[in-house]
Amino acid sequence: MNLTVRESLIAFRRAPLLSALSVTTIAFSLFVVGLFGLVAVNLQNALRGVAERVEIVAYLLPGTPIESITLAEKDIEAFPEVQSATYVSEDSALARARAELVEFRDVLQELERNPLPASIEVKLRPRFRDVDHVNDVSDRLRGFGFVDDVRFGRDWVEKLDRLRGIAAAVGIVVGAAFAVVAIIIIGTTIRMAVLQRSREIAIMRLVGATNGFIRRPFLLQGAIKGMLGGLVAIALSYGAYTLINRWLIQAAFFSKEQAVAIVGFGTLIGFFGSAASVGRHLRRV
Amino acid sequence: MIKFTNVFKAFPKGGLALKDVSFHIAKGEFVFLTGHSGAGKSTVLKLIYADEPVTSGEVRVSGFNAAELRPRDVPMLRRRLGIVFQDFRLLEDRTAEENVAFALEVTGARRSSIPARVMRVLTQVGLAAKAQAYPRELSGGEQQRVAIARALVNEPTVLLADEPTGNLDERATRGVFQLLRDINASGTAVVMATHDLDLVRQAPYRVIELQEGALVYDSSVDEPREAASP
Repeated sequence: MNLTVRESLIAFRRAPLLSALSVTTIAFSLFVVGLFGLVAVNLQNALRGVAERVEIVAYLLPGTPIESITLAEKDIEAFPEVQSATYVSEDSALARARAELVEFRDVLQELERNPLPASIEVKLRPRFRDVDHVNDVSDRLRGFGFVDDVRFGRDWVEKLDRLRGIAAAVGIVVGAAFAVVAIIIIGTTIRMAVLQRSREIAIMRLVGATNGFIRRPFLLQGAIKGMLGGLVAIALSYGAYTLINRWLIQAAFFSKEQAVAIVGFGTLIGFFGSAASVGRHLRRV
Repeated sequence: MIKFTNVFKAFPKGGLALKDVSFHIAKGEFVFLTGHSGAGKSTVLKLIYADEPVTSGEVRVSGFNAAELRPRDVPMLRRRLGIVFQDFRLLEDRTAEENVAFALEVTGARRSSIPARVMRVLTQVGLAAKAQAYPRELSGGEQQRVAIARALVNEPTVLLADEPTGNLDERATRGVFQLLRDINASGTAVVMATHDLDLVRQAPYRVIELQEGALVYDSSVDEPREAASP
């Protein structure tokens, strides 16, 4: 077996407690980051679900010929922001109202004439579901001669925008803080492992080992610890997720890519944390 | 082989550890470095194995000039030296054999050649039977023999020994000293820092004496002196 690999594994065997401690520390640090990540992921999902309801309704003047409407529908669907444009005729509007507004069923049944206008319901693509784009598209819809009025929940879209802004800001700031704390804690743990072996390092230098040679097992070891920590963190997060899912709310778990990113993050912290610690140690002694 | 020319070494906090020290040690020589503790013996050794930079003057060791040494040359220099300390500096969690093999492994020796080379030096220091013992299972003298085996395994041209008998009883001291003499007899130069003057008187070797950082006596150039020793 390669000497670097062997020396790295020997270190796990010789200091099982400290190794386990490092892995645990890394795991829990990443777990905290991961939990926060889960919250962020779920919050985003929830906001996305809410944003799906962002809809612009263009009410049409009575008597608009169906040909013009069909043409307009195609035009609107060709807008880059638009995901779908659906024509709702007067009759289907009434049918829908009857189905949805149960309390008014009697009133609606007794109508002699349908008071509801026909409309085109426009859904925007996910990226464009904010105030500016909604305004923009609404203005363009008003440009059609047969459009009587354009409605969308302005207040509601504005609130959604603000909520998204807050979620993003909190996500970045708190996420960064957690990540920094994780890096510091993990760095300290790795430093302990290096200091624990400082005697060995001193002897290696004495007998003529190059710095690169001394460094390599630490780097590999750090990367392995980081990776194990990442895997444990994913397992812990999954446990927490299962509990939350069963007892509290329906939540989403990390995608495969996000899970890989967390393990990769752990591995990188382990690697670079070790590089920094050993480097500093080698320069000092 | 080892040449000091007007060497000065300043302490980091001021004051001089070495003042204008010059000497030359030839291949295969045995040299005692004597003086009180704090006289500069360890500093001389540290300058030889490039553990500390020279403040001024020139130190040449086995073709290397200390002043021109790049960090990556240091390991190469040390592979030509064997170094032994008063406190042995063995790895407690490795056997005698593994401690010696360690010195070969970290210098990238061919793995297949390691066991035979390790056994040869362990036999040379008289510890072949205790190859599997851990340092805590060995006496002080035996631990020092392991350390000497580790220093020898890379076939150095010089063996540096900093108070190698400082922690040993009289019997162990005699044994280790005899071992160093044998090593020297087979062609390796030995520089031994010690304040054990009985030991120094026992053997007809060259003596370099330091006092407060200055070289005050070198038996290869000065008149021999019998009673002048402190």
